Amino acid sequence: MSAAGQGLATAQEVPLSLRGPAPTRVVAGYGFWLFLLSDIVIFAAFFAAYAVLSGENAGGPTAADLFDKKHVLIETACLLASSVTCGFGSLAMQSGNRTSTYFWMTITFILGVAFLSLEVSEFRHMLEIGAGPSRSAFLSAFFALVGTHGLHVSVGLCWLVVMLLQVATLGFQPMVSRRFFCFGLFWHALDIVWIGVFTIVYLGAHL
Amino acid sequence: MSTDIDAQGVAPGANIRTHSTHRSYLIGLGYAVILTLASFWASSTDVIYPHGVPILLGVLAIAQMGIHLVFFLHISSAPDQTNNILALAFGIFVVGLLVFGSMIIMAHLNHNMMPMDRLMQMQR
Repeated sequence: MSAAGQGLATAQEVPLSLRGPAPTRVVAGYGFWLFLLSDIVIFAAFFAAYAVLSGENAGGPTAADLFDKKHVLIETACLLASSVTCGFGSLAMQSGNRTSTYFWMTITFILGVAFLSLEVSEFRHMLEIGAGPSRSAFLSAFFALVGTHGLHVSVGLCWLVVMLLQVATLGFQPMVSRRFFCFGLFWHALDIVWIGVFTIVYLGAHL
Repeated sequence: MSTDIDAQGVAPGANIRTHSTHRSYLIGLGYAVILTLASFWASSTDVIYPHGVPILLGVLAIAQMGIHLVFFLHISSAPDQTNNILALAFGIFVVGLLVFGSMIIMAHLNHNMMPMDRLMQMQR
């Protein structure tokens, strides 16, 4: 904290016009933060659609018939654990420890795959019993919302593989560490969206 | 890390307190587990007054989102994070407008809609 205090003290002494451009890492991080917020606005639109349409089941299966709470708890645990291991991985990367970066990021990847396969198996089961997205407005909204989240997780997993390959080939260059840092933000943001999904979609179904 | 402690502010997720971050993730994990289990418990228990459960679930979810922002994304109210906080505030504003606005408008339209059988009679 003392280092930060000194940083702020010098910040007040140097006038704004003389400080020069912000470092690339700050600019990239801030830009990615803006992207994440706009991504969350997309999710908000799907949440709004789901909130409006969740009761319109057109005589088909209702939310209470379809959703299994234990299944969702396991999915939530996978995603939460992967968020923490991703944090440990980015800490390992900051300290330049290659082995421990690979270790934590591999665990993150495995937990992400576990989450995704649970979700896919749930979707397949719903399609088999005739509760596909074309059955009712409620199910269209459900597949749009949860499917978009699942799509984001799959894109995140592809990104993670690319990042591990870049660490393997390029090492810890500033460019690679910036990208890794943005990946961490992305992964944590997906976990935040999932909190909304399990509360509104899965727990809200049994009220 | 010294480049982050800069006059220009810090990026979200960049932590100044480097030596305690493993702990910060673990503290965040602890809180998140407690809040998740609490919301799963609240949705299936009979102890709580049934009409209060949705509000409780909302409070628990917002609390957990706050925990994730603070302990995983390292958003804080520090003066060098003003840009991040302002962007976040705008994001929350848009999300609230979109979700609650849609819900209010659609509930209102639904309320003012003519009953379906009456509508069918008019079409004849």
